[in-house]
Amino acid sequence: MSAKFALKTALPTYLYDEKVKIEKYARDFGLDFFPTLFEVLSYDQMNEVASYGGFPNRYPHWRFGMEFEQLSKSHEYGLSKIYEMVINNTPSVAYLLEGNSIVEQKLVMSHVLGHVDFFKNNFTFKTTNQGVDAETGQPLRKWIDTMANDGSLVRRWIKRIGIEKVEEFIDNCLSLENLIDPQKPYAPIVAKKVHEDEYENPSTEHAAEIPRLRVDRDYMREYINPESFLQSQQKKIDDEKERERKFPEKRDRDVLGFLIDHAPLDRWEHEILGIIRREAYYFAPQMQTKIMNEGWATYWHSKIMTEKACDSSEIIDYADRTAGVLATAPGQFNPYKLGVELFRHIEERWNRGQFGKEWEDCDTLEGRRNWDRRMGAGREKVFEVRAHYNDITFIDEFLTPEFVIEQKMYAFGYNQRNERYEIETRKYKDVKEKLLFRLTNGGQPFIYVEDANHANRGELLLQHDHQGLDLKLDYAREVLKSLVRIWKRPVEIHTIIEEKPALLRFDGTEHVQRSR
Amino acid sequence: MSLKIDQDHGRFRAIVRGRIRQNLKKYISQGELIGKQGKERVSIPIPQIDIPRFRYGDKDQGGVGQGEGNEGDPLSGEEAEGESGAGKAGKDAGEHALEVEVTLEELAQILGEELALPNIEDKGKSKIINQKDRYVGIRRVGPNSLRHFKRTFRQALRRQVSTGTYDAKRPVIIPVRDDMRFRSWKTETEPVANAVIIYMMDVSGSMGDEQKEIVRIESFWLDAWLKHQYKGLETRFIIHDAVAREVDRDTFFRTRESGGTMISSAYKLASEIIEKDYPASEWNIYPFHFSDGDNWSVDDTMLCIDILKQKLLPVSNVFCYGQVESPYGSGQFVKDLREHLRTDERVITSEIRDRDAIMGSIREFLGKGK
Repeated sequence: MSAKFALKTALPTYLYDEKVKIEKYARDFGLDFFPTLFEVLSYDQMNEVASYGGFPNRYPHWRFGMEFEQLSKSHEYGLSKIYEMVINNTPSVAYLLEGNSIVEQKLVMSHVLGHVDFFKNNFTFKTTNQGVDAETGQPLRKWIDTMANDGSLVRRWIKRIGIEKVEEFIDNCLSLENLIDPQKPYAPIVAKKVHEDEYENPSTEHAAEIPRLRVDRDYMREYINPESFLQSQQKKIDDEKERERKFPEKRDRDVLGFLIDHAPLDRWEHEILGIIRREAYYFAPQMQTKIMNEGWATYWHSKIMTEKACDSSEIIDYADRTAGVLATAPGQFNPYKLGVELFRHIEERWNRGQFGKEWEDCDTLEGRRNWDRRMGAGREKVFEVRAHYNDITFIDEFLTPEFVIEQKMYAFGYNQRNERYEIETRKYKDVKEKLLFRLTNGGQPFIYVEDANHANRGELLLQHDHQGLDLKLDYAREVLKSLVRIWKRPVEIHTIIEEKPALLRFDGTEHVQRSR
Repeated sequence: MSLKIDQDHGRFRAIVRGRIRQNLKKYISQGELIGKQGKERVSIPIPQIDIPRFRYGDKDQGGVGQGEGNEGDPLSGEEAEGESGAGKAGKDAGEHALEVEVTLEELAQILGEELALPNIEDKGKSKIINQKDRYVGIRRVGPNSLRHFKRTFRQALRRQVSTGTYDAKRPVIIPVRDDMRFRSWKTETEPVANAVIIYMMDVSGSMGDEQKEIVRIESFWLDAWLKHQYKGLETRFIIHDAVAREVDRDTFFRTRESGGTMISSAYKLASEIIEKDYPASEWNIYPFHFSDGDNWSVDDTMLCIDILKQKLLPVSNVFCYGQVESPYGSGQFVKDLREHLRTDERVITSEIRDRDAIMGSIREFLGKGK
């Protein structure tokens, strides 16, 4: 660990000693994590920090208060408690709950190191890098500072223009929080086209000549450049021009980014919307890797605890806690459980060499069951997987029919007639499809900015890519309100309602919904 | 670490309170609150404040789970044990209801603000004061029956130790006169109940369950407001058909008789109760009468008006008559009252068509601040 961080920690000595040991075990296993600070919090501090998503100095907003009320209530009634929390930051910060037993603290520390290894190595989290430490070459993620700065910025605006106004605006921004493009950080940066010649020589637009193929002999002209060819060339040019006239040129999934760049915002609004968007992108990797991240941490805490850190008197307590973590409830999958089982499944398969063409081609049950090439490549494979996959590719590539049966997985849906949720199927294909659908874009609809000058009236047109499910309409109408608040012109969204193309529109006073 | 959550928590509570205010009408007309009241607090289930986003409808979605069961089996709703795992469990579909506790006091305030109710002017009568003795201190003289044993012992021990007469081997403590400590008391005066509501309800055959429910809800809110205004509030209940009798709260709302209707019987009983228990010089008196307005005869109606004029009105702060619409009643009584007592400011009449009209009716009753 780099000596650069003064790892002054409030850990009592006995926990500090455990931490040092566990870090050594973890490193011996090959985990590669950022320096990690542990702090011990009382339960109400824990609830508070958790309410702020781990960032105690985040901007003020009532929903953190709501979160706090719920956490404290459910803690008081003994419904749940938060064991741990860990922040993707350099150094990473993890919070331990005061009063937990030593077994629990050891478990949490092992679990946390799994998370921190994941933060550091999984590709999705690279988007949260804020530069590179010049000395160590390690990535810098000073998010605790960033959020604290954003927090004081918002506080300053509150002081200046009043909490009502600021909070109302934040509420509106939060309605749009999910309208980002998590793929965007990977997209190549395209230099903006500069339309210089348009200004210098505005007539070029009309003078553009239709490109023809070269013709040497006059009588061939009709054959080499027939009318239909010329027309299609003309159309190409027109389309190109049409696209250039359109704004944005290509539809944009980063609605928040688009609004920041183009909506008529005051400076404070601009700054706040920017904060909301920055946070949305910061949290996006955690959404995209929930199963993997929890699975990975669980995999490692169980490894470290059972093979190294637990003494025999602690093993029952440890097993009890882990059973709690891995319990499944009807109607929801437990990311911890699914994740860790799938990692183990992968490890087992690569240990036995159950991959590649030969394996794919083997279609006897007996043959598959007894397949063992003694390759022992499992550990290496899981490390590779943790670096290069996100939940979707993880499930898509490694969820096998065997696994679905073994784990008793099913897909469920709502039965309108019986008015209840029912198990629909246990078929591999359907289960996988449903799971992937839930994970795609975090189970949220795809929304794009289609046209910012809709009907040539400066109205904003959004497009919902309908993938079988309708939008929740009352919510959609509320979101349109927020969009109008920010765009200051009517906003329309094209979607499909009950299998018919439809549009929702809000012009500031009136909601319209009709087919199109 | 500085605690910033208090401010955000406060904001949330304020918003919730606003929510309650917006929904107040709904709650009142649905009568959801009643029955959930504990001692002093009422818990109001409010939906978690959801920030609207573009999202799919809940029920369309379904998902993936793990566990036993055949195709077509329902998912049992129960949570698996040990959901207390590290981190947070899935925040997936599912409506969360949050119960917010509001004290009755707070509720009445909200009601008052919402209906723009003026604070009630006291009739100007002196409050009834009750004197009560409370032991609050210690003094050196007093009757033996009030001797404070522990303090006396301690004093004696202290003296013996300081004078060196205390022997740890033979720890005998003998108090002398100076060691004696006695409880002392202070006489406190506290105001006692000085307002009384007398609820009268017509329970004749024509008053159905729905009508009684309306009365029940309305009286709950009247109670809440008046309790907020007066430190102690007494309530008395009278039901009547052709004859009137006094009952307890429970019976008041449950009974269903099937006789005819003689409203005068209730008024008579009410004025008897007032005469006996609530001298008008010291009490703020609120008779409320609910009926479907279908009195037996014109003669009886005249008798009622007579009683009102002679006996009830002179002693009451205000007399309120609420007429609940019922499919059977003629609803004549309210017209008679208005005709004969139009000029009397102490009479307030209100017609309650249905549950939604309850708010308006409360405003009519209490809006004058009497």
